[in-house]
Amino acid sequence: MKYIDHHAHMASRTTDDYAHMALTGCVALTEPAFWAGWDRSTADGFEDYFKQLMEFEPRRAAQYGIRHYAWLGMNPKESDNREISLEVLARLPKHLDHPTVLGIGEIGLNRVTVNEITTYTEQVALAARHRQLVLIHTPHLEDKLKGTRITMDVLRNQRDLPAGRVLVDHAEEHTIEMILEDGYWAGLTLYPQTKVSAARAVDMIEKYGPDRILVAGACDWGPSEPIAVPKFIAEMRRRRHTDELIHRVVFQNPVQFLSQSPKFKVPVGIEDAVPTRSR
Amino acid sequence: MKPTPLPSPLTPVEIVDEYFIETRNRIIEVAAFLDRLDRADPEVANLDFRVKALHRALELVLAGSATGRVREIQLLMSDQDNRPLAALDRKGAVGAPDPSNQSPRV
Repeated sequence: MKYIDHHAHMASRTTDDYAHMALTGCVALTEPAFWAGWDRSTADGFEDYFKQLMEFEPRRAAQYGIRHYAWLGMNPKESDNREISLEVLARLPKHLDHPTVLGIGEIGLNRVTVNEITTYTEQVALAARHRQLVLIHTPHLEDKLKGTRITMDVLRNQRDLPAGRVLVDHAEEHTIEMILEDGYWAGLTLYPQTKVSAARAVDMIEKYGPDRILVAGACDWGPSEPIAVPKFIAEMRRRRHTDELIHRVVFQNPVQFLSQSPKFKVPVGIEDAVPTRSR
Repeated sequence: MKPTPLPSPLTPVEIVDEYFIETRNRIIEVAAFLDRLDRADPEVANLDFRVKALHRALELVLAGSATGRVREIQLLMSDQDNRPLAALDRKGAVGAPDPSNQSPRV
């Protein structure tokens, strides 16, 4: 089954991972700018990373027939550093017209500090000013609840940013309702230990329905899986859900959200992709 | 916007058939972890905030909840103090609220 992974940190992955994703049906992916596992020391370091996301990764993905798009922003893990954050934010607008940049992301909170909230709020305002789509990271583990609450408060105060153009990612059982009830998109990211398992992602789709829910692997440099979405597909089939429903979640929903950027194009010949089998 | 639930096509018995073995394995893994801790130091369960949270979570599993066990455990494992940290204290979360963390909040 064809799928789109809206959250994959391919800069941290090998070319073999692109091959495995392609072999399991991935036709497009989007890569949010994130933390490298260590803090960059200058804004120039971010520029180099953005260049990798805009130029090198699309070429690598194209070798396997995968369309690669990027989100640019100051990531939550480094956003407490106000000095570098301000420099990075000043440089962001010049990249927003790049043909593979879909919007601002992944932005948000990590440990939920005053500085992180300031940087996040500035980036939400920047996104609204430049009419960008937004991909938001919500904090992990014990920080997720309060972090998501504050994330949503900031969004509600930014009235120039339509809820339907914002994806609040890494939703879990205790945060998904507050994201969906205000009209935002909720992302479920499939991780072997933290975040959400495939079975729990299916549980949430059964509980809340498929509207405005996206599923991604969020593979990065830590324990994670580039083929988490096909494993989610297998879990949906294990529950006897129809291929029409699965296709909606892993293909049509991301197309619906991402196509709000005119830059996002479904690969030729796949626009009408239909499930390969039905029950 | 009200979500529209999609019930699982599986019958209750089919859910048990499908998921019992792996769930059995997971609860044995939890027990093995607690036994491992006991062998190392039985007192650690009373001292470590993470293990204490795990014990409370196990009580919630048995008690059940109208809003769902998973949600209740997620809330139990969450920092309920919404006040932001005044400064970054460490780079990442540890899995349960740490009552000994006295980082200033605003």
